[in-house]
Amino acid sequence: MALSDQELKEIAYLARINVSEDSLSSLKKELEDILDLFQQLNEADTSEVNAMSHPLDLSQPTRKDEVTEENLREELLKNAPSVKSGLFLVPKVIDGEN
Amino acid sequence: MDFHKLSLVEQLEGLKKGDFTSTELTTHYLKRISSFDEQINSFITVTEEQALSQAKAADERYKNKNNLPLDGLPIAHKDIFCTKGVLTTCGSKMLSNFEAPYSSTVYDKLDKEGMVMLGKTNMDEFAMGSSNETSYFGPVKNPWNTEYVPGGSSGGSASCVSAELAPIATATDTGGSIRQPASLCGLTGIKPTYGRVSRYGMIAFASSLDQGGVVARSAEDAALILEAMSGHDPKDSTSLKLEKPNLVKDLDTPIKGKKIGLPKEFFEKEMPSYVEKSIEEAIEVYKNLGAEVVEVSLSNINLSLPIYYIIAPAECSANLSRYDGVRYGYRCEDPKDIEDLFMRTREEGFGAEVKRRILIGTYALSAGYYDAYYLKAQKCRQLVANDFSEAFKSVDVILSPTTPGTSFKSGEKTSDPIEMYLQDIFTIPANLAGLPGLSIPCGEHEGLPLGMQLVGNSLEESKLLQFAYSYQSNTNWHKKMPNI
Repeated sequence: MALSDQELKEIAYLARINVSEDSLSSLKKELEDILDLFQQLNEADTSEVNAMSHPLDLSQPTRKDEVTEENLREELLKNAPSVKSGLFLVPKVIDGEN
Repeated sequence: MDFHKLSLVEQLEGLKKGDFTSTELTTHYLKRISSFDEQINSFITVTEEQALSQAKAADERYKNKNNLPLDGLPIAHKDIFCTKGVLTTCGSKMLSNFEAPYSSTVYDKLDKEGMVMLGKTNMDEFAMGSSNETSYFGPVKNPWNTEYVPGGSSGGSASCVSAELAPIATATDTGGSIRQPASLCGLTGIKPTYGRVSRYGMIAFASSLDQGGVVARSAEDAALILEAMSGHDPKDSTSLKLEKPNLVKDLDTPIKGKKIGLPKEFFEKEMPSYVEKSIEEAIEVYKNLGAEVVEVSLSNINLSLPIYYIIAPAECSANLSRYDGVRYGYRCEDPKDIEDLFMRTREEGFGAEVKRRILIGTYALSAGYYDAYYLKAQKCRQLVANDFSEAFKSVDVILSPTTPGTSFKSGEKTSDPIEMYLQDIFTIPANLAGLPGLSIPCGEHEGLPLGMQLVGNSLEESKLLQFAYSYQSNTNWHKKMPNI
């Protein structure tokens, strides 16, 4: 199954993974090989079966609406790459004047 | 004393009788790790200080006669299980600096029974791989021959137990990641029924397939620890609301009169003659023990590989969207805006195989392709599950090779992803259907071990272990260990 450069770039953008121009063609080939593998499923007659999304037939369990988590703010912030005033710091998200 | 030559069960007896202390046992393993791990790279982190303090506490409890059920027994944990305050990397650059702020239920349960953590084992990045060559922390080597791979993704766990640097290790299995390395390293590895072992704090790859288990040197050792790991956990919404199974107590139940099914679709495949021979010999052992052997058909089983490579990447693309460089883990240098931060963090933080799977999964879930790929795969998954349900109406277990052959050389399959994926052709179906499966050593070829797989009906890990235990009580394959 053929994948165009444009399609691959769109998928990579959806997945928010930068793909460099020089790795594009080898990656495309690898993905096409994997997509070819999927063609085999077309042979299966699935007109009579329901989709199986999970091995267990579970309903979502519910619990009382009580606070169970401790406040781990300091602990959790220790793993953050950048923090300011107890908040996660990222580059400016909304454009505008400073 | 050569403590590492004792089984885990014998080590527990020795500790209880006061023949030796947990500190002696733990120190022995820590010494072995520091002497030999350089050759096989099976650990990412060795938690020496913590291990010695856990061992000391266990010894104290033995002295005061208030010891815990598994007190003082050493264990290594796959680096996919979160361990509070200890580096938990999942084999990825993305989490190379991540200290888990909480512990997984698996770790907690074993900790509460007194087990001593030796360290965190190497693995394929985010558990994606079958050779343990995708780890950011370098490839793991097979102790039977270091030019060969240990299998994956639980390659570090298998390698360290096989080299006797730990008596047992936790592992996880999404498409064969416990059973395939167990086969390639000459170990007993079991993946229980989906939902038996809590996934809380076990870093997610494909949530409807991931399941924790162990790699051990015998069915007896595996039963002891798997039983302790099992049980309902309210923190995991997919955890089964069942009491933990009696794996140890029922272990020596004879298998006489039980039925083994051989799936004809597997045996129709071309396989090396040494695989065929080992499996035939294993079947003979079972026949002599009074088991009946019949052919079964799993007519859709050959669809398993494409089904898996749609569903697992689809779930992985969703699960791994959390690694965005904002709250924890790796972040790229000097992002110029938020988009650049996401795009470059994920480009630089993930390895090639992980990116491939995220992209495949994103594609399969994207508008216009969802029905053709993801939905179709889910329907085919049901067909595979139906085949198993039908087969288990007439047999107790299903037997096959675990892997298409013995281990392969490092680098041999890295350039062709599909070649690598074929490693799991026999193991994937059990994950699709959520069934328990195990691998036990049943032969060797040119100095490398080979395993056979037994798959059981839902919740019947106890029966699987009985089959494994009977076999191991009558054969010696599981007793062979590599010389390092």
